[in-house]
Amino acid sequence: MSLIDELRNLDLESITNKSIADYIWIGLEMELRNKSRTLDGPITDPKQLPKWNYDGSSTGQAPGNDSEVILCPQAIFKDPFRKGNNILVMCDTYTPSGEPLPTNKRFNASKIFSHPDVFKEEPMYGLEQEFTLLQKDVNWPLGWPLGGFPGPQGPYYCGTGADKAFGRNIVDAHYKACLYAGIDISGTNGEVMPGQWEFQVGPTIGISASDQLWMARYILERITELEGVILTFDPKPIPGDWNGAGCHTNFSTKSMRSEGGYDVIKNAIEKLGLRHKEHIVEYGTGNERRLTGRHETADIINAFSWGVANRGASVRVGRDTEKKGRGYFEDRRPASNMDPYMVTSMIAETSILWKP
Amino acid sequence: MALLMKDLLNLNLSDKTEKIIAEYIWVGGSGMDMRSKARTLSGPVSDPSKLPKWNYDGSSTGQAPGEDSEVILYPQAIFKDPFRRGNNILVMCDCYTPAGEPIPTNKRHNAAKIFNNSAVAPEETWFGIEQEYTLLQRDVNWPLGWPIGGYPGPQGPYYCAIGAENAFGRDIVDAHYKACIYAGVNISGINGEVMPGQWEFQVGPSVGISAGDELWIARYLLERITEISGVVLSLDPKPIPGDWNGAGAHTNYSTKTMRAPGGYEEIKKAIVKLSKKHKEHIEAYGEGNDRRLTGHHETADINTFKAGVADRGASIRIGRDTEKDGKGYFEDRRPSSNMDPYVVTSMIAATTLL
Repeated sequence: MSLIDELRNLDLESITNKSIADYIWIGLEMELRNKSRTLDGPITDPKQLPKWNYDGSSTGQAPGNDSEVILCPQAIFKDPFRKGNNILVMCDTYTPSGEPLPTNKRFNASKIFSHPDVFKEEPMYGLEQEFTLLQKDVNWPLGWPLGGFPGPQGPYYCGTGADKAFGRNIVDAHYKACLYAGIDISGTNGEVMPGQWEFQVGPTIGISASDQLWMARYILERITELEGVILTFDPKPIPGDWNGAGCHTNFSTKSMRSEGGYDVIKNAIEKLGLRHKEHIVEYGTGNERRLTGRHETADIINAFSWGVANRGASVRVGRDTEKKGRGYFEDRRPASNMDPYMVTSMIAETSILWKP
Repeated sequence: MALLMKDLLNLNLSDKTEKIIAEYIWVGGSGMDMRSKARTLSGPVSDPSKLPKWNYDGSSTGQAPGEDSEVILYPQAIFKDPFRRGNNILVMCDCYTPAGEPIPTNKRHNAAKIFNNSAVAPEETWFGIEQEYTLLQRDVNWPLGWPIGGYPGPQGPYYCAIGAENAFGRDIVDAHYKACIYAGVNISGINGEVMPGQWEFQVGPSVGISAGDELWIARYLLERITEISGVVLSLDPKPIPGDWNGAGAHTNYSTKTMRAPGGYEEIKKAIVKLSKKHKEHIEAYGEGNDRRLTGHHETADINTFKAGVADRGASIRIGRDTEKDGKGYFEDRRPSSNMDPYVVTSMIAATTLL
């Protein structure tokens, strides 16, 4: 371990009660921002954390002569980088008069999840976050030859070997870091396009699914930063015969998970079909480059479809769910760069609250 | 098996001997360069008044002539040494002639007198200093992370950012944060700055002269850490000309009266007093500040004195919380990154209280 690493790994718990809190928020274009502050003692309840503020004029979220944006702590995770009693804090953003910023999608999502009809259904999410790793400075996928392409897709999905799996150390470090942090990370796999990977967060109920996904994205980008590799959530990083990246969203309610739930599922899917256009608009920018009807996607603009075990459909229902007559379904439309606060709350709202 | 360097550097001496190592630190002849040398003491010391005075060759730092070269070091504050650990210490000192006069670069002496003044001490002057700094690649002196012979994409993505294309040098920043906490420096936070390769840490709130002591030690720790990393530390207020932010050392300030109910009136009075001495303060607020205070890049023009709530283009900014609560503190945004905290903190106290 280098001298710098020794200092970064200093165990302060034996010397001081102080802890460091890393406040994290979403910027103007869904990029993550952070800054840290020292606290007098360990804190585990977000309600006990002080509100903070930052210079919104430096993130395009406020004018220079009225620059303060308020940070409200919403969820705490253990800091896998600083360890000890140090924490990561997922925040959302408000004007000084208490209005959520336009980029604050959590505020509205929180209202939907607090609605009594939604709350009692215990809406549960499993989010499959795909992402692509790029080489720094050239922005070409990790492992790809400069000025050229690897062999066509086929060998890379869940593959092993130096000629097929590029960046596994990032994925594995991320997996343990997320578990350490307290995130419900449920698995990882190598994806169809070389240099592309996936991790899943869930099953998690309500707004926490989104808090956890954003925090998992933060931890991932801190790790790629350490490795000198670029992280992208672009839904179609390389045009042509290369898979895009999505964030398939698995969903169920208490009713869907109970006896006779399959009918509730079919009913919900029908409603999603009737609101296809409204959903697609919020499912990630650039999604039209990804949802072409090929590469395990459904055509975005016109067709809403669903089917059992059908990876070419907008919504896929697993064979287990069909067999047991209850379970969950998978919305395959969201892009990798979707905002989970928007997507999870919209699915809940359409399935549970909306009446055609 | 041969011992590695690492093992030697990390030898734990506590169970072998009572002796400790004290690193005496002082400010050199330019007023900004930091110097240090170490000595062995016979046992652990936690009170600076129990440390022996020492001396050094002032002719080698531009602080004394060759034929009368001794400069005396007076220990003023002790911190734990995060590099040597154990019972070893860092000692912030100031410098005197053999006859006991503070040498011209010793700004601490005068500051201490101001903070001991009977009109100042009871007001418990608090300071929070936001030290910005730039990391440069060694040998070329071009900012860390910038392409050699070129420039990164324009400012926007870098403030508080993450990712290998946005954040350059976080390992230094994080090592420094914990090293400062270990040392006993009151470091209150860090963040990535608007210009890529630029960062900020904050020290405070600290009372009186300890704000200056702590900031100097924090700067020392930072430069020791960049030294380990093979990176160059710059406290220049405008390291890259053009559409790139400069580096400041915004100084947040309050007195007991300002922090009490109704304190907002005291704050307004203090700001009026500061406005009348703008030129005097600016002259003492750091060399080269005219390259930084242009009226752009979140600064106020150097010739203008302006105060405002939440206004980052002003000389003095008052936070919305302070305005709302009717008490609190204000931020003097004029000092540059290469200011001397002894000078700036004592001057603000003197202007507002004496």
